[in-house]
Amino acid sequence: MNNKIDSRSFGLIRRYLKGFYHLFVFALICSVCNTILNAMTPQIFRFAVDGVLGGDGSDLPAFAQKLLANPQIAGAPLKALTYAGVAVVLVAAFSGLCSYGFRMSTTKGSEGFVKALRDSLYAHIQKLPFSWHVGHQTGEIIQRCTSDVDVVRNFVTNQLIEVVRIVFLLAFSLSIMFSMNVKMALIAAAFIPVVLAYSGIFYAKISSRFRDADEAEGYLSSTVQENLTGVRVVRAFGRESFEIERFNEKNIRFSNLWIQLGKLLSLYWSLGDLITGLQIMTIISVGAFFAVNGELTLGEFLAFVSYNATLVWPVRGLGRILSEMSKAGVSIDRVAYILKAEEEKDPADAKTPPLDADIRFEDVTFCYEGAKPVLDHLSFTIPAGKTFAVLGGTGSGKSTMMHLLDRLYDLKEGEGKITVGGVDLREIRRDYLRQNIGLVLQEPFLFSRTIKENIGISRPGSGMDEIRRAAGIACVDDAIDTFTDGYDTVVGERGVTLSGGQKQRVAIARMLMQGAPVMIFDDSLSAVDAETDAKIRASLKERMGSATVILISHRITTLMQADEILVLEDGRLAQHGTHNDLIRQEGIYKTIYDIQMSSSDRELIGSAT
Amino acid sequence: MRIDEKEYTSSLNLGTWKRLFPFLRPFRKTFALIVAMNLLCAAIDIMMPLFQRTAIDSFILQNTTDGLWLFALVYGGTICLQTLFVIIFTRGSMRMEMNLGRDMKKACFVHLQGLSFSYYNTTPVGYILARVMSDTNRIAGLMAWSIVDLIWCTTYVLGVFVAMLFLNVKLALMVIVIVPIIALLTGFFQKRILFWNRRIRKQNSKITSAYNEGIMGAKTSKTLVIEDQNAKEFDEITEDMRRSGVRAARLNAVFIPLVLLLGAIASAVVVRRGGQMVLEQLVLLGTLSAFVSYATGIFEPIQQIARNLAEIFSIQPNIERVMDLLDEKPQIVDTPKVIEKYGTTLEPKRENWEPIRGDIEFRDVSFQYPDGNEEVLSHFNLTVPAGATVAIVGETGAGKSTLVNLACRFFEPTSGQILIDGKDYRERSQLWLHSSLGYVLQSPHLFTGTVMENIRYGRLDATDEEVMAAAKAVSADTVVEKLENGWQSDVGEGGDRLSTGEKQLISFARAVLANPRIFVLDEATSSIDTQTEQLIQNAIEYLLRDRTSFLIAHRLSTIRHADMILVVRDGKIIEQGKHEELLKKGGYYSTLYRKQFEEESSMSVLR
Repeated sequence: MNNKIDSRSFGLIRRYLKGFYHLFVFALICSVCNTILNAMTPQIFRFAVDGVLGGDGSDLPAFAQKLLANPQIAGAPLKALTYAGVAVVLVAAFSGLCSYGFRMSTTKGSEGFVKALRDSLYAHIQKLPFSWHVGHQTGEIIQRCTSDVDVVRNFVTNQLIEVVRIVFLLAFSLSIMFSMNVKMALIAAAFIPVVLAYSGIFYAKISSRFRDADEAEGYLSSTVQENLTGVRVVRAFGRESFEIERFNEKNIRFSNLWIQLGKLLSLYWSLGDLITGLQIMTIISVGAFFAVNGELTLGEFLAFVSYNATLVWPVRGLGRILSEMSKAGVSIDRVAYILKAEEEKDPADAKTPPLDADIRFEDVTFCYEGAKPVLDHLSFTIPAGKTFAVLGGTGSGKSTMMHLLDRLYDLKEGEGKITVGGVDLREIRRDYLRQNIGLVLQEPFLFSRTIKENIGISRPGSGMDEIRRAAGIACVDDAIDTFTDGYDTVVGERGVTLSGGQKQRVAIARMLMQGAPVMIFDDSLSAVDAETDAKIRASLKERMGSATVILISHRITTLMQADEILVLEDGRLAQHGTHNDLIRQEGIYKTIYDIQMSSSDRELIGSAT
Repeated sequence: MRIDEKEYTSSLNLGTWKRLFPFLRPFRKTFALIVAMNLLCAAIDIMMPLFQRTAIDSFILQNTTDGLWLFALVYGGTICLQTLFVIIFTRGSMRMEMNLGRDMKKACFVHLQGLSFSYYNTTPVGYILARVMSDTNRIAGLMAWSIVDLIWCTTYVLGVFVAMLFLNVKLALMVIVIVPIIALLTGFFQKRILFWNRRIRKQNSKITSAYNEGIMGAKTSKTLVIEDQNAKEFDEITEDMRRSGVRAARLNAVFIPLVLLLGAIASAVVVRRGGQMVLEQLVLLGTLSAFVSYATGIFEPIQQIARNLAEIFSIQPNIERVMDLLDEKPQIVDTPKVIEKYGTTLEPKRENWEPIRGDIEFRDVSFQYPDGNEEVLSHFNLTVPAGATVAIVGETGAGKSTLVNLACRFFEPTSGQILIDGKDYRERSQLWLHSSLGYVLQSPHLFTGTVMENIRYGRLDATDEEVMAAAKAVSADTVVEKLENGWQSDVGEGGDRLSTGEKQLISFARAVLANPRIFVLDEATSSIDTQTEQLIQNAIEYLLRDRTSFLIAHRLSTIRHADMILVVRDGKIIEQGKHEELLKKGGYYSTLYRKQFEEESSMSVLR
């Protein structure tokens, strides 16, 4: 694994920090002020002890001595104590303000940053070409957009600031400690590299164990899941006890890995405590020794102990953060990988010609990456305003044709071209083209929102009567009315499951809302029975007269109504003509026609055996 | 589907907590040890500021270094002792957390193996999985850490009170006055912080599902040109999230400085009043410094108590969910008499099992699904002699599986009897029947593991040779040949590294190895290439030989040769007979048949 951050990746991420720099700078200022304020409290106690309660105050800084010499205070130790108390509260109040400022501005900055990153990831993914989507697994992309983004956020907005803050705190506290007593400060400082190295090495070492334990949890979880989804198989084979054994093994492995990890962690925590505890002990003992020898005043001793206490915990944190930060590079690269992928982009001079024109395929050959050609030197014309039907088997290339028409894929040089009214498809603006070509897929995807919203999705704000009208043409309004919530029924992942035929018809209604001059039905009535299929086509013809319609189907009753029929076989044009032409030729079309149109049961039995 | 989760009450219900006792019992010694270690740690933590006091009062103020070595030694020894306690405590807690979680997971899993299909049919897998995995994890974590931590905090706070009172009553009372204020403040904020955190979690999962939909529906979004609109809607979700994040942070940003301020006030009071007492020689300076330490150090544990309490309360729904799962009653249970003779599913007494022939008789069977409100079978009679093939046809969703579910005893008749080899199957154990069953589903389910392991699932004690022979019998070895690691190839999660046709062949091999007397084939797959289809046809023929079989909506060639065809519409059997009889009748079957015939023939021409 590469722990170095690719600087270009980081640059990509830095773009989203723009506009939030001032917040992070302000957060840093607040944090520095807070550190300074916190450092004042021990000084106040020192002042109280050395100046008022015990010593003669001769070691105190000049301004404090002046303050003590003030006639109002000199000889009135109680007043001095009151001042000290008020000062402690005031310092705490200001430090509270700083801490508020720090927290709010880091949160605003980090929430803003992560929102910008999420939004642009989402928008970017929407705009990535279809081929990219085909080549990547959904779960994998989602993981990059969620957990990796969290790691990046943590790195950019928490860890970087935290490191700066801790380093400043160290420098500041140490410089005060050195100014008070060099020997003691050296002793205190000597522990820092030890603790730092200890935490860093430990965390680096343990991270692989964390991974193992996480993986064991994943295995356990998928064992349970497989058992639940495969419950029929388990029961039918009577494998309950075998399943329990298999589960036990994973369950025990998972628990034991964590217990092992826990042993290490507990050693780490307590040894860390031991080191810090011994350091504090050393400072107190040595400090007491020095104080007795007169190298240190009592107030200085107390202040020193306080500074030391504020020092030890952040140092331990720093070691952990540094080793965690080294892991962020991987996540940054994983997120940047998505952002670096090229979006679909139209040239500035892309055209928007009228699409109610003839569509021509001219010597089109196409293959998906590395595969054998799906379309093989295909040439034909789809006349404007006519109904054009396509018949072909699985893998004959009919869906690919439609993908090309909608520019989900583009033809490359030397693969022929597709034109609309003489204009090459590749010169037309994609969004314009897609808006004007209504495409219904065989297995349509409905969004998990209401039916009304699904149908009207391409035209936000469209009225209920328009939506009803579209649903009416698609012959799905009756079905929708049977749902308890009617058009407000939520479908998809979080709602009602529609049958295949209902989904297809809702998708048709959705497409109709586009009012496109070209409509493609990619086998999108396959789950609807023949009568409804006919009804839908009839109402389409009636209401959407002038549109060019492309139908892909296996149903002869559907195909025979078309003005022209194209038969595809293995990506090649096998037959082309009207229904009447084709039933007079020997070929695929006639064979299927004979099969579907023969009605005698005797014939069926005869021809099938 | 029970998609909507039951609402769980938030008021404390001791009955729910009591139900954890059986799970906790094995850990009572560990728990006692952990608590003891924590009490010792708390005691040492309370003593810590006293070392500083001693350093000042006994050495610095006395101006002597006599005994300083001893002091350092005792001090260092105490720290080492504490380290030891912490090690014992954390290891114990970790062990308890993981083992408690392990036991609860196991109890859930074992219980699930006995639950009926009606439970699985109405409960989403994700819902069950969450109970088995995350709920048990949370409960175990809480018992092993939060409760122990609560004990530590409480002891520490009380101990500090005692120490302060012991050192100086007047000063101590001044500090203690602030405690209830902090407690109130913490209660106030904690409730709100919890609320916003919960909301953030919800919004987070909303973002994840928005990504999911955006990616799954990418093709559709492109064809509809709604990419920008989607992005805009997504912006709204993330904006909500951003606002919640800031709201939650604001609460923390106000709360934490407030607590620190109160701490500062406490130490200011101590400095002022304590300083006066030092001047009046009522207390020594070291005692004062110890007091300041106590006064500033007590606030974190107090907050910790509040946090722990909130955490403990919030876990109650998790316990309820797990207990609900364990309370779920299996619909199908063997009678005590049956268990006595044939054993349970987990401890079968195979020696008492009668061999199974495969005669099946439905005698006056009526049936209604537990979650349905209509009788789908009434007074149904059917005799299937051993070795016969029954085909069940009908449209998707017409209820073709009902008969099979009953025959396999995945459900039991509401009234009437089902007899196997002439005896009511309720007089035998479930495992007796299931061990003689072969079941192949439309979307075959394989388990993570190798091809070999998956086939061996049919008979666990089969040798490698037997597994290979079974595979060969149904041509599943052609699948294996194409795989890189042959028999040892990993099939991936749920078998998703194989195509549907390949999975089907493997699952046939699995059924062959089991050598069942009763065989069920649930719907053929439609989208496989011609070559594989031929292999599958051959495999099916092999499997049907000499076994009582049920075919659900299958290819015509297989259906035609069935000994009996049952036609199902809207959940009811409307026609019954042999292929020719039914065709001659010209009823629903002939329509169905023609439709499927057209489809199959058209598809075969187009290939």
